[in-house]
Amino acid sequence: MSNLPADLKYTKSHEWVRTLADGTVEIGITDHAQHALGDLVFVEVPEAGRTVKQDEPCAVVESVKAASDVYAPLAGEITAGNPALADAPETVNSDPYGAGWLMRVRPAAGAVAAAELMSAADYQKVVAAEGG
Amino acid sequence: MGRKTPLFALHQELGARIVDFGGWDMPVQYGSQIGEHHAVRRAAGVFDVSHMCVVDLKGPRVRAFLAQLLANDVGKLKATGKALYSCMLNERGGVLDDLIVYFLTESWFRAVVNAGTRDKDLAWIRAHAASFGLELTERTDLAMLAIQGPEGRARALELLAAADREAALGLGVFVGRELGRWFVARTGYTGEDGFEIMMPAADAVPAWRKLNALGVASCGLGARDTLRLEAGMNLYGHDMDENSDPFESGLAWTVALEPPGRAFIGREALEAVRARGPGRKLVGLLLEDRGVLRDHQRVLVPGVGEGEITSGTYSPTLERSIALARVPAATPARVQVDIRGKLLNAKVVKPPFVRFGKSLVT
Repeated sequence: MSNLPADLKYTKSHEWVRTLADGTVEIGITDHAQHALGDLVFVEVPEAGRTVKQDEPCAVVESVKAASDVYAPLAGEITAGNPALADAPETVNSDPYGAGWLMRVRPAAGAVAAAELMSAADYQKVVAAEGG
Repeated sequence: MGRKTPLFALHQELGARIVDFGGWDMPVQYGSQIGEHHAVRRAAGVFDVSHMCVVDLKGPRVRAFLAQLLANDVGKLKATGKALYSCMLNERGGVLDDLIVYFLTESWFRAVVNAGTRDKDLAWIRAHAASFGLELTERTDLAMLAIQGPEGRARALELLAAADREAALGLGVFVGRELGRWFVARTGYTGEDGFEIMMPAADAVPAWRKLNALGVASCGLGARDTLRLEAGMNLYGHDMDENSDPFESGLAWTVALEPPGRAFIGREALEAVRARGPGRKLVGLLLEDRGVLRDHQRVLVPGVGEGEITSGTYSPTLERSIALARVPAATPARVQVDIRGKLLNAKVVKPPFVRFGKSLVT
């Protein structure tokens, strides 16, 4: 059973979303996802200022084996990509919900709200259905 | 559900992630793929390679048959147990498979071919062996373990009866011999020293457990791939196939055009290629920018043309990305690779990248 903080929201494509005090959201990949990918060796995060649509590929995480897209859980403007991951992509493996965050987004007006995304319990069912 | 080796249940018990490889359910990794890679470069690791197809060829004309079947010359095999790496070509000079053949006696050679090409290979070999009166036996009764790394041979020796250890330790590079019920060969696919041991299927699980107890790491196909790529070794179906010949696959050293009288399958096509000069070549690439080279990415050679990456990965030893790529013959020392629309710089190098734990490129 992978680690699933109850205070975060989730997507079926294995991103997590944390709402910050200023109304922006922080996004990363779940513990289940990092474990399935294996040792990460390269992470490409979006630049601040880019606008993304919901479900748009906006970051890439690469393990030894393969490259995988990370999708925007909601529409908005990128306010930051995690600059620490260029030198230390393995942080996503070791601390997926903390220092391994990928990007921060200011949700667009009218965008799907973070609160409407999946709960930890619902995401757990998605993982279970995949055999994880 | 694919085919399973005698070690399948043990892989599951050890927590391996299982993937399909050439129709077989095989372990890709047990824990950290990079950790498994380093275990082999620094100490020792064990791989299940029982999916590979072992074929015994027996009959008085077996050497003459292999002289016709293979692009490399089995005439080089003079000492008992000596192995030869070769391509098996079609009439067009395309690579049907790469294989290792051991000379055991004048009427018994043993070939080891790839799992994914098993059916095609056996059909091809049978068709051409018909007129040589050979007996072909696929050794599905055997499991095969590869124990690799600087400490690999020392650890593997502890699996052997005391009386056999000296003989195993005395094996030269690329030589194998029967020791009791096992066939022990000093071969591998990692760029490190080690043994590959063929054994009755029932011996495989106890051997693996004993190796683990001796500190030998269980290693999956993921680490096997990064190790072989660092060692500059080709993978069939990626770096060569039926549409590429050995000259454009970095395998000219395995083609024996001498003696000129040896009529092997594909010879005429290869002589024509040699006469006009190969248009493409297989090179090593070292990525200078951040990112990871992957199979099928486009290689741009300014003023010359384009090529393609045939195997790309992250090199745990070099801590940067490396690849094999098929490029135009006139490719100079620097190229660019198109990674998701960005053009990144790569340096052309001669493989191997790593040998016996040491970097050979800068």
